[in-house]
Amino acid sequence: MSKSINISDLHKERTATAVLVLGDGTVFHGFGIGATGETIGEVCFNTSMTGYQESLTDPSFAGQLITFTFPHIGNVGFNDEDIETAGSAASGLIIRADITDPANWRAAGPLNDWLLARNLTGIAGLDTRRLTHVIRETGAPNGVIAYHPDGVFDLDALRKKAAEWPGLEGMDLAKEVSCKESYIWTETRWAMQGGFGEVAEPKRHIVAVDYGVKQNILRCLASLGCSITVVPATASFEEIKSHNPDGIFLANGPGDPAATGEYAVPVIRECIESGIPTFGICLGHQMLALAVGAETMKMQQGHRGANQPVKDLTTGKVEITSQNHGFVVKRESLPDGVSETHKSLFDGVVEGLELKDKPVFSVQYHPEASPGPQDSYYLFERFVNMVDQHA
Amino acid sequence: MPKRTDIQSIMIIGAGPIIIGQACEFDYSGTQACKALKEEGYRVILVNSNPATIMTDPGLADATYVEPITPEVVARIIEKEKPDAVLPTMGGQTALNTALALAEDGTLDRLGVKLIGAKQEAIAKAEDRDQFRTAMMKIGLDMPISGVAHSLDEAWKVLEKVKLPCIIRPSFTLGGTGGGIAYNREEFETIVGSGLDASPTTEVLVEESIVGWKEYEMEVVRDKADNCIIICSIENVDPMGVHTGDSITVAPALTLTDKEYQVMRNASLAVLREIGVETGGSNVQFAVNPENGRLIIIEMNPRVSRSSALASKATGFPIAKIAAKLAVGYTLDELDNDITGSTPASFEPTIDYVVTKIPRFTFEKFQGAEAKLGTAMKSVGEAMAVGRTFQESLQKALRSLETGLTGLNETSIGDDKQDILNVLAQSTPDRLLNIAQAFRTGLSLEEIQGASKFEPWFLAQIEALVQAEEAVRSKGLPDHKGGLLTLKKMGFSDDRLAELAGRQAVDVADLRERLDIAPVYKRIDTCAGEFTSKTPYLYSTFEGNEWDPAICEADPSDRKKVVILGGGPNRIGQGIEFDYCCVHAAYALEEAGYETIMVNCNPETVSTDYDTSDRLYFEPLTVEDTLAIIRKEQSKGTLHGVIVQFGGQTPLKLAAGLEAAGVPILGTSPDAIDLAEDRERFQQLLHKLDLIQPQNGIARSVEEAFKAATDIGYPVVVRPSYVLGGRAMEIVRDDEALDRYMREAVQVSGDNPVLIDGYLQNAIEVDVDCLCDGKDVYVAGIMEHIEEAGIHSGDSACALPPYTLSEAVIADIRRQSEALAIALNVVGLMNVQFAVKNDTVYILEVNPRASRTVPFVAKSINYPIAKIAARIMAGESLASFGLEEAKMDHVTVKEAVFPFARFPGVDVVLGPEMRSTGEVMGIDKDFASAFLKSQMAAGVVLPTEGKVFVSVKDLDKPLVKDVAEKLVTLGFDLVSTSGTAAYFSDNGIPVEKVNKVMEGRPNIVDLMKNGEITLVINTTEGAQALKDSYDIRHTALVMKTPYSTTIAGARASVMAIEKIKTGTLEVNPLQSYS
Repeated sequence: MSKSINISDLHKERTATAVLVLGDGTVFHGFGIGATGETIGEVCFNTSMTGYQESLTDPSFAGQLITFTFPHIGNVGFNDEDIETAGSAASGLIIRADITDPANWRAAGPLNDWLLARNLTGIAGLDTRRLTHVIRETGAPNGVIAYHPDGVFDLDALRKKAAEWPGLEGMDLAKEVSCKESYIWTETRWAMQGGFGEVAEPKRHIVAVDYGVKQNILRCLASLGCSITVVPATASFEEIKSHNPDGIFLANGPGDPAATGEYAVPVIRECIESGIPTFGICLGHQMLALAVGAETMKMQQGHRGANQPVKDLTTGKVEITSQNHGFVVKRESLPDGVSETHKSLFDGVVEGLELKDKPVFSVQYHPEASPGPQDSYYLFERFVNMVDQHA
Repeated sequence: MPKRTDIQSIMIIGAGPIIIGQACEFDYSGTQACKALKEEGYRVILVNSNPATIMTDPGLADATYVEPITPEVVARIIEKEKPDAVLPTMGGQTALNTALALAEDGTLDRLGVKLIGAKQEAIAKAEDRDQFRTAMMKIGLDMPISGVAHSLDEAWKVLEKVKLPCIIRPSFTLGGTGGGIAYNREEFETIVGSGLDASPTTEVLVEESIVGWKEYEMEVVRDKADNCIIICSIENVDPMGVHTGDSITVAPALTLTDKEYQVMRNASLAVLREIGVETGGSNVQFAVNPENGRLIIIEMNPRVSRSSALASKATGFPIAKIAAKLAVGYTLDELDNDITGSTPASFEPTIDYVVTKIPRFTFEKFQGAEAKLGTAMKSVGEAMAVGRTFQESLQKALRSLETGLTGLNETSIGDDKQDILNVLAQSTPDRLLNIAQAFRTGLSLEEIQGASKFEPWFLAQIEALVQAEEAVRSKGLPDHKGGLLTLKKMGFSDDRLAELAGRQAVDVADLRERLDIAPVYKRIDTCAGEFTSKTPYLYSTFEGNEWDPAICEADPSDRKKVVILGGGPNRIGQGIEFDYCCVHAAYALEEAGYETIMVNCNPETVSTDYDTSDRLYFEPLTVEDTLAIIRKEQSKGTLHGVIVQFGGQTPLKLAAGLEAAGVPILGTSPDAIDLAEDRERFQQLLHKLDLIQPQNGIARSVEEAFKAATDIGYPVVVRPSYVLGGRAMEIVRDDEALDRYMREAVQVSGDNPVLIDGYLQNAIEVDVDCLCDGKDVYVAGIMEHIEEAGIHSGDSACALPPYTLSEAVIADIRRQSEALAIALNVVGLMNVQFAVKNDTVYILEVNPRASRTVPFVAKSINYPIAKIAARIMAGESLASFGLEEAKMDHVTVKEAVFPFARFPGVDVVLGPEMRSTGEVMGIDKDFASAFLKSQMAAGVVLPTEGKVFVSVKDLDKPLVKDVAEKLVTLGFDLVSTSGTAAYFSDNGIPVEKVNKVMEGRPNIVDLMKNGEITLVINTTEGAQALKDSYDIRHTALVMKTPYSTTIAGARASVMAIEKIKTGTLEVNPLQSYS
C-alpha cells in the first residue's frame, strides 16, 4: 500500500514540516523527509533521471544540497550496492514528489529508511523546477533545509544562517571526506548477474589519492586488472611512492580546488615530475591543472547531470558523460606543454587535459559514471595502457 | 563532417495509407525529413499514396508522386527521376520492405541509387529473425529461447525446446499481425497457421513466453562517426504480452536503478552497432524479469517508428529531422538543439515530468471481434499527456482519450472476488479502469498484482488515486487550498471531482477560483530546466503548494493570436485528414501574420510538432483544459479567435462551452453547425430553400422509431445525431432489427434523438466540399462515390470529377451546395453529401466544417482549400483569393483501406458504419487508370486471368450483366451459385455452377481455399443471406482474393483490369498536373 498520500489530510489544513531558506531570504515550504533537523549547503540541481542513491553518496557533493529535477525520487528504494562511499557526501536533498514504496527487485527498503539511517535531511513537495530556475539564473545559492515536524520555524534565523555560511569557494572539503588511513581496494564493477566481483591476479598496482573518491572509480581500475592502494588526501609524495605504484590516480572530490590545492598541488607536482603515469578526475583534474600552472574558477552554473556531451578533441568523437562540477579550469591559463583533449559541447568549457612530455592526463567529468552513461570507460583503459607502456 | 556533396537528389518513401500499426507518425517523420533535406538544398522526390498527409503537399518536395508504393511502381519513379539516393527509414515497414525489395532484385544497383539511413544488410539483419538472433548472440545479449519455422512441421520441432506457453511472431508483418500466445497445442497449431500466412516470407518465430515480465524500450540515434545517444527510455505499464502499440506506456522508465538502466543503455548501443545502423534513429525493446532483473532483447527497428514519434514529442528532440540530416552525412555535434537554441543535438534529453501514452481502441465498430489485447496490435490511435507526476499525467491521458472518461471512471466488474480476478487476468482496453474498480471493491494490491501482473509501483499509484476519490466521495470537496490543490496535482479533472462530490464542474471551477488554484504551464525543454528554452512547447500542471507560488513559463506574447484546437487521438472516422486541416490553418494564419497556437494531445501528428505553430500546448481537449489555455493567452496580446471547425468532432464538442465562457469562435457560428445537425431546424431550412431530402423522421423512443419507420417504409437508415464516422449507423430492414438497434443507439446518442431516413436503393452518393465567406461560394470538389448510397462515405471509393453524372445533375448539385452555404452563413469550409437517384438530387447531410475529403480535394484540384478557409475564417474575403473553377485534365480516385485482417470473425461487408482506417489516392489521365492505381495503392492485386466468382442479389442481377460480359470478353471464366448461374445462362453468358456453402461439397469456399478463384463479386441483402455468404467474404479476406460487395465497385474493378491488360501505367508527380 502506498504511503505517499495520507487521505485524511485532504480535508484538513496542512502544516509545512520543512522549509528551504536561501541566503537572499527566499523560502520554499514543503514536507520533511529523512532525518529531522537542519542542514546547510550550496543548493545545486542534478538533472539525472536515475541514480539518486549514487548521487547522494558521491563525496563530490559534500557541502551541497541536491535538487533533483526529476520529480519522482525514491521509486527504486535503496539497496546496499548503489553506494559510492560509506562516508559523508551530499548534505541534503530537495525533491518534488513524495517518496513512494520501492519498485525494484534489488530494493532493500524505502528510500526514507535509508535517509534516516544516514541521517540525511531533505524536503519534498515544492516546485523544484522553480528552484532550478532560481539556481540557473543566480548561480548556486547557499541555503538551509530545516525539518521540524511541529512546523515551527524561525525563518529569519534560517535566512541569516544561510547568508552567513561561507560557501564552497575557498573551502577545503576534501580533507573531511577523504579516508584517514590508507587501505587496499579489490572490488570490481557491478554486473547484472553476480553483482560486484573481486580482482583476480592484478597485474598493476595503482595508488589512488582520495580527495573524496567514488568507489566506482576504484572498481573500474580493479576490473582492468589493477590492485589499488587508497591513500588520504594529505598523503605526501613519499608516502605515495612507498607503495611502489605503477600508476597514480588523483581522485574526484568536493569543494574549491584552490583550497585543497594548497597542500595537494605540491604533491601532485612531484607525481608529475616522477614520470609515473598519472590520471586525474574532477577535483584531481583541477588540481593537476593548478600543479602545471593553470588556474581554476567557479562557474556561474555548474555541470550536474548524466546527459552532458563532451567532445574528445583527439578523435572527434562525442561521449555522453556524467558530470558534477562547479569549478572549471580556465582555458586561457593553460601553459605550454599542456593540451586540451576534451571540451564540453554545452558551454565549451575545458573537460580534459594532457601533458605533452609526461604520461599524465585528466578529465573534468566522471568516466566511472555511477550514475550515468558509461561511454567514457575507455579512459581507464587508456590509463592502464599508459601504465603498461611505462612498466 | 559536412553534409555529402556526392548526392544531389534523394527519394523519400512514405508509409502509404493509415492502417493499424502504421499511422500518421510517419507523416510526422516524413514531413520532417522532407523539410530537413530541402533545407539542406537537396532535390527531394517523394512517393506516398496517402493524400491526407502533409508530406504530400506539393510545396514540401520537388516532385511528389502520389502513386502506389509497390516495388514495381517505385522502380518506375526511380527510372524517371534518377535520384542519387533513397532514404527508406521514414516510411515505416512499408518503406523499408519496398526499399529492401528494390535492393534485393538489383534495381537500385542497376540504376546506381544508394540507400542512405539504413543499408540493405542492416535492414535484413534487424528484420530477419535468424540473422537477428545470431547478431545478438555475438554481442552477448540474451534472447528468449526460440526457433524459426517455415512450416507447421518445423514449428512442432521448435516447440520441443521452447515449450508451452509460447509466443508466435510472424516475420516482416506490421504490428505483429498474425501472431499470438499459445497456451495449448490446439492454439499453437492455429496461430502458427495464421502467422505463416501473414508473413510475406512464410516464416514465424516460436519463442519462450515471457508474458508478465516488465517491458522497456530505448530510442537511440547514431551518426556516421559512431556517436550514439539515447533520446528516451520508455516503460510499459502493461507487462509483456500486450503489443507495445497497444500498451499504456510512460516515459522515462520509472522503475530501474541507474545500474540496470546503464546495462540497458549499453545493450541498446551495442545492438545498433552490431546491426549496422549507420545513421538515424532506431528503437530497441527489452523485457526484464521482475524477479531477478534478467534482461532479454525482444526486437529492434532500424528506422523511425511510432515510438520515436512518441519519444520526440515526449522530450522535444525531433528524431526524424535529425535522422534525415545524419543520413546525409552530418554528425550530431554539428546539429543544433532547436528547443534551447544554444546547445548541440549531441546530448541526451533529460526530462522533469512524466509522459503517459494510452492507446485508443475501436472494437465497438467490429462486431464479432473479441475486445482482447495480445501480441498483434489492435489500437487505432493514442493520446499522450504530460504531467509533473505519474498520477497527473495518467489522469490527463485518460481524459485526452475522449472516450467519455473524466479519470479512472467506474466499470462494472461485479463484486465477486474470483470474477474480478478473472477480469484482471485479461488484457482488455479497460484494464486500467478495472484495476481501479478492483481497488474500490476492496481487493488488495497483492491480489490485483497477482492477477494483472502490473508492476506494483503503478498499482500503488492507482490505489492512492482511488483512495483520494473515496475521500471526496464521502466528505465532499476540500474547502481549503491545500486539499483541493493536492487533488488537482494528482491530475483530477474538475469534471471527475464534480462527479465524486455530487456537484457540477462549474462548482469545482468556482471553488478553485476562490482558493486561487489555477494550472501553470511548464516548458518541454529537453534539459529539465538546465538551459533557457526559446521554444514555447508547453504543458499544464498544478504546482507549488498553499504557501508558495509556482512559476508559469507560458510567457504569452502581445501579438494578435489565433488558437487552433486539434482533433485528439486518431480513431476510425476522425484521423489524419483533420490533423492536415489543423496544420494548414496554422500555416495559413502564420502567413497572414497571426501568432498561431495549437492545442492537441495526439503524439503521432504533424500538428503536435513544435515546428508547426508558433506555440504548442500538449494538452487534453476538454473545456477545462482548453479554457485555461485561452485565459492564459488572453492575459496578454489579443485573442482574435479560436478555430474549432478543423479538428473533427472533438473541438466542435467544446464550442458551446467556450462560447458560453465568452471566447470568440472564428468562422461559421457554432449555432449554424448545430442547425445542420438538428433535424427539425434543418428540415425547416431545406423547406425554405425548396431542397429535398429522403423521407425521414426523428425518434426519441422505440415507439417513435416504429412509427417513423412505418411512415417511411423499410429499409431505413438509422443513426444517432452528433457522431462522426457513422458510429452506430445502420441500414435496418425490419421491426426486429429496429427494436434491437434502438436499444443500442439511444444510448449512443445520449440526449440527442435518433435520425431515421428512407434508404435510397442503388442511388449514387456524392460528396461536395466548398468554401464560403458568407457572401460568395466556391465549390471546390464534387466527388462521385463508386459504392452506392448507404455505404459510409468514409468507406466508399470516390472519383473527382464525377465519372457518370450528367452535366445537368452536376450543375444542380453545385446550385444546391451554394444555396446551402449561403443560407447557413458558412464562413470557412462546408461539406454536403447528396444522393442522386433517377436524376433527382437528395440532400443526405450537411456539415459546415472541415471534412475528411478536404486534403483529397485540395490535392486533386491543386488549391490549398484548408488554408484559404482558415484565412476566410480570420476575416479575409473569398474573392481576394481569385479562385477559378478547377479545369482538371486528370481524374483522381480515393479508395478506403480496412483493418479487417486484424479482426478475425468480423464481416467485411460494407455498410453505413465507417470502418476504414485510412485512404489512398490514385491519379491519372482517365478514371480506369486512376481507379487501378487506387486499388494497387490499397494493396488490392487485381487478377488478369482465371475464374471469377459472381453471386449477386436479385435486384443486382440485371446490373451485373454487362460486368459479367466484360469479364468473359477479357478472358475470365465465370463461376456462380444457382440463382446467378441461372440468370447468366438465361442471358447466354457462359458460367460454371458451384455449390453454395449449405449445398454440399465441394462448394464455393472449397474452390476459394484451393486458390481457384481470382476475384469475388458478391452482393447480398437480408440478414439470412448475409449470414450464408459470410464464409465467402471471410475466405476472400484470408486468401487475399480481391472481392467486391457492390456492383459499382465490381464495375470499376473490371475497368481497371481491362486497363492492366491493355496498357502500361504511367507515373507522374503531382506538380505535373494542373
